[in-house]
Amino acid sequence: MTTSPLANLAAQTTELLAAVSALSTLESLREAEPFITGKRSILSSLQKSLGGLEPEARRAAGAQLQEARRTVEAALEFRRSHLALSARAELLEADRLDLGDVVVSAVRWPASVGHPSLVASTQRELEDVFIAMGFTVSDGPEVESDWYNFEALNIPPAHPARGMWDTFYVEMGEPETVVLRTHTSPTQIHLMEGAVENGSLPIHSVMPGRCYRRDTPDARHLATFHQIEGLVVDRGITFADLAGVIETFTRKYFGPDISSRLRPAFFPFTEPSAEFEITCTICRGEGCRTCSHTGWIELGGCGMLDPAVFEAVGIDGDEWSGFAFGFGIERCVQMRRQIADMRALIENDVRFLRQFS
Amino acid sequence: MKISLSWLREFVELDESAEELRLVLDDLGLVVEGIEHVGEGLGDVIVARIDEIRAIEGADRVRLVVVDAGDGPLEIVCGATNFALGNHVPLAPVGAILPGGFVIAERKMRGVTSNGMLCSSRELGLSDDHAGLMILDDLIKPRVGQGLLEALSLTPDIVFDISVEGNRPDAWSVVGVARDLATRLGRPLGSPPLAQPDAGESSSSFASAGIDAPDLCGRLTVSVLRGVKVGPSPSWIAQRLQTAGMRPISNVVDASNLVMLELGQPTHPYDASSVAGWTLRARRARSGEVLTTLDGVQRELAKAGRGLGDTGEDCVIVDGDDRVLGLAGIMGGASSEISDATTDVLLEAAFFDPMTIARSSKRHSLRSEASNRFERGVDPQLALRAAARFVEILRESVPSLQWMADPLDVWGETPHVATVVLRPSDVERALGISLSPAEVSRILEGLGFETRLDRDQIEVVPPSARLDIRSGAAGRADVIEEVARLYSYRRLPRRTPSWPEPGGLTDRQKLRRHVRDIIVDLGAFEAWTPTLGSDADFDLVHPGIERVRVTNPLASDESVLRATMITGLVRAWGKNVERGTGDVVLGEIGMVFSHPLATENPRTTKGGVGGSVALLLPMETEHLTVVLGRDDDDATTAVAFWAVLADRLGLADVVVRSDESAPRAFHPTRSASLVDRVSGATLGHVGEIDDQFMGQLAPSANARRLGVIDVDLDVLSDPSLATRASHLAEVPSRYPSAVIDLAFVTPSSVHAQDLAFALRSTSELVEDAELFDVYRDASLPAGTRSLAFNIRFSSDERTLSEGEVAGAREALIAAGATLGAVLR
Repeated sequence: MTTSPLANLAAQTTELLAAVSALSTLESLREAEPFITGKRSILSSLQKSLGGLEPEARRAAGAQLQEARRTVEAALEFRRSHLALSARAELLEADRLDLGDVVVSAVRWPASVGHPSLVASTQRELEDVFIAMGFTVSDGPEVESDWYNFEALNIPPAHPARGMWDTFYVEMGEPETVVLRTHTSPTQIHLMEGAVENGSLPIHSVMPGRCYRRDTPDARHLATFHQIEGLVVDRGITFADLAGVIETFTRKYFGPDISSRLRPAFFPFTEPSAEFEITCTICRGEGCRTCSHTGWIELGGCGMLDPAVFEAVGIDGDEWSGFAFGFGIERCVQMRRQIADMRALIENDVRFLRQFS
Repeated sequence: MKISLSWLREFVELDESAEELRLVLDDLGLVVEGIEHVGEGLGDVIVARIDEIRAIEGADRVRLVVVDAGDGPLEIVCGATNFALGNHVPLAPVGAILPGGFVIAERKMRGVTSNGMLCSSRELGLSDDHAGLMILDDLIKPRVGQGLLEALSLTPDIVFDISVEGNRPDAWSVVGVARDLATRLGRPLGSPPLAQPDAGESSSSFASAGIDAPDLCGRLTVSVLRGVKVGPSPSWIAQRLQTAGMRPISNVVDASNLVMLELGQPTHPYDASSVAGWTLRARRARSGEVLTTLDGVQRELAKAGRGLGDTGEDCVIVDGDDRVLGLAGIMGGASSEISDATTDVLLEAAFFDPMTIARSSKRHSLRSEASNRFERGVDPQLALRAAARFVEILRESVPSLQWMADPLDVWGETPHVATVVLRPSDVERALGISLSPAEVSRILEGLGFETRLDRDQIEVVPPSARLDIRSGAAGRADVIEEVARLYSYRRLPRRTPSWPEPGGLTDRQKLRRHVRDIIVDLGAFEAWTPTLGSDADFDLVHPGIERVRVTNPLASDESVLRATMITGLVRAWGKNVERGTGDVVLGEIGMVFSHPLATENPRTTKGGVGGSVALLLPMETEHLTVVLGRDDDDATTAVAFWAVLADRLGLADVVVRSDESAPRAFHPTRSASLVDRVSGATLGHVGEIDDQFMGQLAPSANARRLGVIDVDLDVLSDPSLATRASHLAEVPSRYPSAVIDLAFVTPSSVHAQDLAFALRSTSELVEDAELFDVYRDASLPAGTRSLAFNIRFSSDERTLSEGEVAGAREALIAAGATLGAVLR
């Protein structure tokens, strides 16, 4: 009777495991691998020697050998990750820098010129025009509930008017209850609710901020963009005040030869509502391709606050009246700078950014 | 909506030019988005017959066509292939000028002379069809040599493309636009010819109608039309539809479309032979019911949708066997469609609840001309008028058409039109101008409102079509908008208001501006990186953490709200490296988001229908993040950047404390926390980007060190967390300072800035203690380094004596010793 080729398997396995534990660097592990589990290993030669066995015995021996191989392979992998971690730890240790020890006065600081974002600096210019007209500036959250983004603005659930905004919904709460705000108007609601709660009416404020619409970006649209919205709630405010504020803003921001005009439009949260147009800044009203030869270009929307909005926030419409207006900041930027493709604004290309100061 | 001038002129006298009318329409809020001149420049185009088609040697894209246009054979080179011998096509002869000013001249191609051009429908400005030549035989019985305009019974016309606002369903028709124009221009408004039902047998002896869901269907009228002969419409009807952008189909369908365009009432003709019992009923769809609509799509009805406020309700029209014939007000089913064999028609003209239509249409992603109108609100009184107009139009092609007496007319619930009480002062209070009650009445009456002047108020009853006019204060605003609109916004006064309250910025807003200015002064380019990113990027920094996800992203790698700007900025920097412009500092101020489950104090708000549900919202935190990617930048320059920023912001004492608490993405052994010594609050972190992340975010910049600063502006703006230096000014001593240098062998565990703070705090004589050198060497005890400080002493009262300086020096050494620092 011949001895089984696997007679010494236990001892051979122990030997291999010992060899694995002895490996001290990733490099030595890579070199040793063929001799431990690879083609040139004892495990592989044992595998070949099984060929002469009876089928039954071969199956049993094969399983036994497989088991041993798995043990050795697992040890090798464990060793590999252990060595990788300690190699990394060693590198990190060698690289260690106590930042508290940095001698700031000794740091070499090359002269380099920074550049503000065109959108952010435009936002600031716009804010400053309104601040000079007596407006405060208010911020609001970018993730809103449907109540603030829609319903309090007189856009009830499932109302077709909700289709006017291509909304990104957030996976939170009941479906369609949490949204990325599609406009800055929810900040109006927060402001009015706050003023009612604190008894701090009137309100004269502009609300700049980032908005989101599910609209594939192209030369004239971005899915993420900025609006600035204005809100006035005071006693005795009329449509004439709205038209006057729009006109004053237009001349102050775009220049004395640019004026504004209003035309009827529909927004659920204002009534009467209007679109406001300004003299085409390209042709100064002469008529050109940009303004479809009308001399006017559309800038934004506005109107007197709708009684339904007052009702939603609890403001007495007999005592107070007000208006709101809003427009896109990127649109202003695009018009003023004649940017052919708006997507340049989000590409962060240094060659683009460095033009602005 | 496309409306031709000739159609408008049937209702109101208009002598104005197209451009003049554009101004008026725009000012009425009926914005003209385009003006087309149809049939213009077609005066020279004639009908030609294809007599011969020959290949041209060496040309595979064009062929030689011989046509007869009445003056004998004419050779023309033509690229189209959709015609056959004997077809009649439009020919623009040499000298003709086509729409757009294109002059036809004799041209030589491949050695062959082309004596004119055979035209497609688009080339003639008649439709968008550019698939091949316009084959006239499909439309009319053409005659060779006839003028095309005459052959098609076309008259040149002007078509306005008008955008009608969502609150003006009444204006979404030719009559609606004409009414606004007539009122504005002070001219009378005409009305279209209407048929009368025949005398004789009553409709109810043939058919029946019913409403089982009165809240969904407010009115259902059914007219029984007999003796119908389906065929093509007269050419004027076909032209009307074409100019409005609709395709003529058959006289019955065309009449329905024409009525809708003209009056705003959608109607639906059924082939009576496929309607069991000639019965039409409106009811709620039942769960499990299925309908194949005319577009061939099989739809499951009464299936609750995901949309907010969507109950899954569908209104359907069923027949006498309770079989579903159509999705009410949206689209009919294929089974009862009008065919060439139809002889009896049931014509449905109804009113459906706008919200029901809106929800069904959204849920089934099915919009039609009818649903667009019903969801905004069709005049409930219009149904039978529309039927009368339908019959009048269909009689042009079917003179023997019978309209059975007493059309069926069943009512459900229709919206209540409220009377609005308006005081002249309301108008003035809203518009800032006083309008006489007579002027207000004139405008409103022109629009079909009834007005009653009652001493100091006007009672206004809106016409049934004006479902947009609400009641109470909202209704007053609606009516005032109509007055203002027709009076003209441009004639309203302007006044620049002023108020005593000052404008300005909050401290937070000032801080934000200040931070921006400083980082730009320090050489940063302000970037704008995406708010929405991929799961993979999120997991780089926040593995396995709950994240805020968008349900309907534009792309799968834009579905997660960012929790840090670091990934975005490193990516943006990496792109610049690829462009060879990576020698730059990029900074961004923006919002980062965390899931309510991953924050301690989640934001709550109200939401859901009526704002009745308490909702958890993501936490939004404003951060400043800067990556320093210039050639020699690393953690050291990041610290220097921070030091300047902190100094400029007037922070009292923020320590750069090396520890390993920085978030992932920071290099584990080259980063530090920014800790306010007084409050103990962490303002942010400074250091280097972990080199393991660079491969994934900026592969082309691997092996480069990238400095990074990340500061929480919410903490920075809170003075109880980010302590500000005293605003009181200190005048330096007039007496000379004594300056000494001290070097301490300091355990690595002791932070240099903590030692500096201890040194500064030893006595009032210490003016400043500033680290100026760090020395590491094997000769020093293990786990230590030498920190050298430049120390200034001074007194406000006298010049310090040597003894005083020596004493102060001893105190400093003692202070160092308490931290384990030994004088070297």
